[in-house]
Amino acid sequence: MEIVNVALPALGDAFLTVIQPQHLVFMVAGVLLGLSIGVLPGLGGIAGLSLVLPFMFGMDPISGLALMVGLIAVIPTSDTFSSVLLGIPGSSASQATVLDGFPLARKGQAARALSAAFVSSLYGGLLGAIALTMIIFVARPLILAFGLPEMLMITVLGLSMVAILAGRIPLKGVVAAGLGLLVGTIGTAPAGGSLRMASYDIPYLVDGLQLVIVGLGIYAIPEVVSLLRQDRSISKGGALGQGWTVGLRDWWANKWLSTKCAGIGVIVGVIPGLGGSVVDWIAYGYAVQTSKNREEYGQGDIRGVIAPESSNNAKEGGGLVPTLIFGIPGSGSMAVFLGGLALLGMSPGPAMIRQDLDITYTIVWSLALANVLGAGLCVLLSGQIARLTTIRFTLLAPFLFMMIAFAAFQSRMSFGDLIALVLVGVIGIMLRRFDYSRPAFLIGFVLSTQAEQFVNMATQIGSARFRRSFEAGIDYIVTPITVTLLVLTVLSIVIGIRQSKNIRENIATYTGTKRAPLVFLAAITAYAAIATVDAATIARFGDKVFPLTVGIVTLLGCLAVFARMILKPETDDVFIDLEAGGDDGEAPHSLWGTLSWFFGLLALTGLFGFIIALAVFFVGFFRLRAGLTWAKSALFAAIGIGFILFFADLLNRDFPPGLLQSYFDLPWPFT
Amino acid sequence: MSKIKTPHAGTAFLAASAAALAFAAPAAAQDLAGKTVEFVIPFSESGGSARWANFFTPLLSEALPGNPTAIVGYRPGGGSTTGANWFQEQTTADGTLIFGTSGSTQFPYLLGDPRVRYEYRDWQPVLASGTGGVVYLPADLGARFDGDLDDLQGEFFIFGSQGATTLDLVPLLAFKMLGLQVEPVFGIEGRGDGRLMFERGEANIDYQTSSAYLSNVVPLVEQNLAVPVMSWGILDDAGNIVRDPTFPDIPTFAEICEATAGCETSGVAWDAWRAFFVSGFAAQKLVYLPGAAPQEVVDMYTQAFTDIMARPDFAELSAAELGVYPQMVGEGARVAHEAAITVSDEARTYVLEWLAEAYGVTMQ
Repeated sequence: MEIVNVALPALGDAFLTVIQPQHLVFMVAGVLLGLSIGVLPGLGGIAGLSLVLPFMFGMDPISGLALMVGLIAVIPTSDTFSSVLLGIPGSSASQATVLDGFPLARKGQAARALSAAFVSSLYGGLLGAIALTMIIFVARPLILAFGLPEMLMITVLGLSMVAILAGRIPLKGVVAAGLGLLVGTIGTAPAGGSLRMASYDIPYLVDGLQLVIVGLGIYAIPEVVSLLRQDRSISKGGALGQGWTVGLRDWWANKWLSTKCAGIGVIVGVIPGLGGSVVDWIAYGYAVQTSKNREEYGQGDIRGVIAPESSNNAKEGGGLVPTLIFGIPGSGSMAVFLGGLALLGMSPGPAMIRQDLDITYTIVWSLALANVLGAGLCVLLSGQIARLTTIRFTLLAPFLFMMIAFAAFQSRMSFGDLIALVLVGVIGIMLRRFDYSRPAFLIGFVLSTQAEQFVNMATQIGSARFRRSFEAGIDYIVTPITVTLLVLTVLSIVIGIRQSKNIRENIATYTGTKRAPLVFLAAITAYAAIATVDAATIARFGDKVFPLTVGIVTLLGCLAVFARMILKPETDDVFIDLEAGGDDGEAPHSLWGTLSWFFGLLALTGLFGFIIALAVFFVGFFRLRAGLTWAKSALFAAIGIGFILFFADLLNRDFPPGLLQSYFDLPWPFT
Repeated sequence: MSKIKTPHAGTAFLAASAAALAFAAPAAAQDLAGKTVEFVIPFSESGGSARWANFFTPLLSEALPGNPTAIVGYRPGGGSTTGANWFQEQTTADGTLIFGTSGSTQFPYLLGDPRVRYEYRDWQPVLASGTGGVVYLPADLGARFDGDLDDLQGEFFIFGSQGATTLDLVPLLAFKMLGLQVEPVFGIEGRGDGRLMFERGEANIDYQTSSAYLSNVVPLVEQNLAVPVMSWGILDDAGNIVRDPTFPDIPTFAEICEATAGCETSGVAWDAWRAFFVSGFAAQKLVYLPGAAPQEVVDMYTQAFTDIMARPDFAELSAAELGVYPQMVGEGARVAHEAAITVSDEARTYVLEWLAEAYGVTMQ
C-alpha cells in the first residue's frame, strides 16, 4: 500500500499544478501552435517542438512543460485533417486512417469521419493517461521483458497485416510488400554501413528514402492527380452529407473497439524502439479481422477511422513511459521532448519516478488535458473545415501540390527530395492503377529497417547464447511473449488471407489489354532482380542477408504473377487497369497531362527556386487549367504564396533553391 | 531575415562579399544588431548535439554585440557528413553562421570516409567542449573485477553498438587492447538503447558518456545492478591522461590497461586509441566559423564565448547540460581542434586494418 500513500498525494499535487492559470495559458498556446503545425502534412511534432526549443532555456519549468506537452498532445490529433480530407497521410501515425477516412470524405461524409476520429483520439489519449498513471510503478519490469526477440515478433505481427490488406490477389500484395521492403533497404546498411542500391556519387541515396516522401508519393500524389483529372470536388456531387454529430454516435457504437485499439496503442507505445509507425496498422488490421461484416473496409467504413485514431493518441501517452522511466525516447518527437526537459533542468530517468513523482504525473495529466482541449477544438472545427471537400478540386489542387512539395523538401532540404517525390509518386500512381496494394507497400517500407535490425541483432545475441549452452539459447528465444505473438501472427495471416478479398480500394474492376499490366510487372521484376543481384555482391554477410532474402521472395512472387498472367484470359482480375474504365478511364483529363503540371512546378523550381516557380505555376494553372480570370489567378497565387511564406518564416524553413540561386545571391524567400 | 544560404553560393557572391569586407569598417562587422545568427549542427533535433547547441544559443544571443536573434539549424544525414559537406561550401563571413561538429563528424574525416568532402583545416575553431565516458559491467561479472581484467579474459561479452566507425570505436578498441572477447551487436540507434540492452541482460558490457552515466547508470550502481570498471579519463594541460574529476574514484582506462597482462600504454595500438579518444571525447564538440570569416569576427566570437564562461552562473547552468569539463576558447580551442583532427598515418592504418579484419567494415 506504500504505492497508494506515495501516488495519491503526488496525483493531488499534479492536479493543482495542472489547473494553475499560468500552466493553462501556456498549454493552450502549445495546443494552438500544435494544431496549426499538425494541419500541414509532413511537419509533425518534431518541427513544432524544435520551434519552441530555443525558448525553453531559462523558462519557468511549469510553463515550459505545459507549452511542450500541449504541442505534442495535439499533433497526432490534428494531422487527421489532411489524412481524411485530402488523402495525404499527415504523419506516420495516421497512415492507416487514410484507407477509410478519405473514401468517407469522397462520399461527402468528411465531417462525420473527422468527428469520429477526434473523439477516438480524445478517448485514446485519456485512456492512455489513466493506464500510464497506474502502470508507471510496474512498467519497468514490463518494459525490460521486451527484448529483441519480442520486438522482432511485434514487427513480424505488423508485417502480417499485409495479408489482410493484400487486396484482390494475395500474390500481388506480397509483391507490393516485398517491393516496399526492398525500397526500405536502399542506402547504407544499419549494421555495417555497406551500400545497397546506392553510390557515394549520389549522396542523396546513401541515407535512403524518408518516410515523409514515400508516404506522400504513394498516397497523396496518386489521389491528388486522380481527383484533378476528374475536375470536381473531393466529395462526389459536392454535397456535405452527414454532420459531425453522426461521428460522435458512430464512436459510441464502437466504443469497445476504440477501447481495445487504445490498449494496443498503449502497449506498443510503452515499448521503446518500435516507433509509432506500426501501431495504426496493427489497430486497423485488428479492427478488420474482428469485424463481422467487412465489405465496406477500404471504401469508407467508419470503424477503419476509429481504430487507428484510438490507438495513435494512446501511443503518445504510452511513449512517455520509456521516455520518463529510462530517459530513452520512444519516438522522434519524444527525443526532442527529452532535450527540452533537459533544458528546463529536469533529467528524466529512474530518479524522476521515485523522487519527483508529482512532476511525472503533471506531465501525464497535462498530456491528457491538452488532448481534451485539442480534440474538443478539432471536433468543433470539423464541420467547417469539412467544407473544403465541396470546393471544386481544380482550385484546391495547386495549393496541395505546393504543400506536398514543401513538406517533401523538409525531409532533407535537398532538391533530391523533390526528385525522389516524383519517382515515388509515379510508382504510387502505377501501383494504384494496376491494383497492387499500396498499404502493403507502405507497411513493407515502414518496417523494413526495424525488421532487418531486429533480425540481425536477435540472431547475433541468440547464437552467442546457444554457444554458451542450448538452454540459455532457448530461454532467450522462446518466452511466453514471443510464443503469444507468434500465435497472434499466425492467426492474423490465416484470417487475413481468407478475408483479404473483401478489403479493397475499388469495387468495380476494369480490365484492358494484357500489355500495360505486363509492362509494369516487368518493370517491378527488373527492379527486384537488380536489387537482389546488388545485394548478392555485398561482402559483409550481415548487410546482405536481409535484402537478398527479401529480393528472392519478391522475385518468386513476380514470377508467380507472370505465370498467372500467361495462363488467364485478359478479363482476369490480375489484369486490372483503372485506366480501362470507371472514374479514371473516363476522366476528362489525361494522366500524364495532369501529372506534367506537377512536373512543371518542379522543373521551374530547379531553374528559379521554389517561390518564383510557385508564382508562375499558380498563375498558369489557375488561368489555363481552371479557366479563371487573370485577376483572380493572381489573387489566388498571392494567397497561396503568402500562406507558405508565413509558415516558412514561423518555422524558420528554407525553400528549394534552383539554378538561378547558384549564380545570384537573392534575399529570403528567394534563396 | 537572413536564412541559410544555398549550397551553391557562387563566385559572384564570393567576389561581392570579399569586396564588401575590404571596404567595411571593422566596427560594422562586429555588431550583429537586427541580424539572425544560425548555429547549424549536422544532426537531427533529437541528439546530444541538439541539446548542446540549444544550450549555447540563448547565451550567445545575450553575449554577442548587438544581441542578434540566435537559432539552431539542423542538417542531419550521412552520419553528420552531409551537414559538414554543406558547411564546407558556405562563405558567410559576417558571423551570422556558425557550425557545431562532434566526434561523429571527426571520425569519418580521420578514417578517410568516402562521404567526406570537407576539410577541417579550412575552418576556424572558436570553442571546444570535452566530455568523458564510463565502462560498466553487470553485478555478477563486476564481482570478478579486482582492478585488472585478467580474471575476465575467458568471458564472452555482448556490447550494443551504434557502429564500428562511430564514437563506439573508442570502447571497442579499448576492449580489444584489454584482451576481452567482446562481440558488438551493431545497429542500435543511440547509447540509450545500449543501456537498455544491458538492463535487459542482453548485453553484459556497456559504456555511457558522462551526463548519461550520471543520470541513468548511477541509480543502477546504487542498486547493485551495475559496477563501474573504468573511465576514459581527461587530458591535463601537459597532454597526459589523468582521472576524470567527475569520477575521481573510477580508475582510467590507462590504469586498468597497465594492470592487465597483455595491455600496453605505448606502441601503435595505444597511440591509435589515444588519438581517437582525444578526437571523440577530450575535444568532442567544436564550434566553427567558415574559413571566409575575417579575424574580427573570430575575435568577436572568442570574446562572446569567453564572456559566457565568465558568467557567475555558468558553472551551475552547464553542470547539468555539459558536465564539469573544460570549455576551451581562443588558443585553447585551436589546440583542441588540432588534436581532434590529427592522427598519425601509422595509427590510422592500424585502425582501418583492425576494422576490416574484426568487423568486415571498410571505408570504400
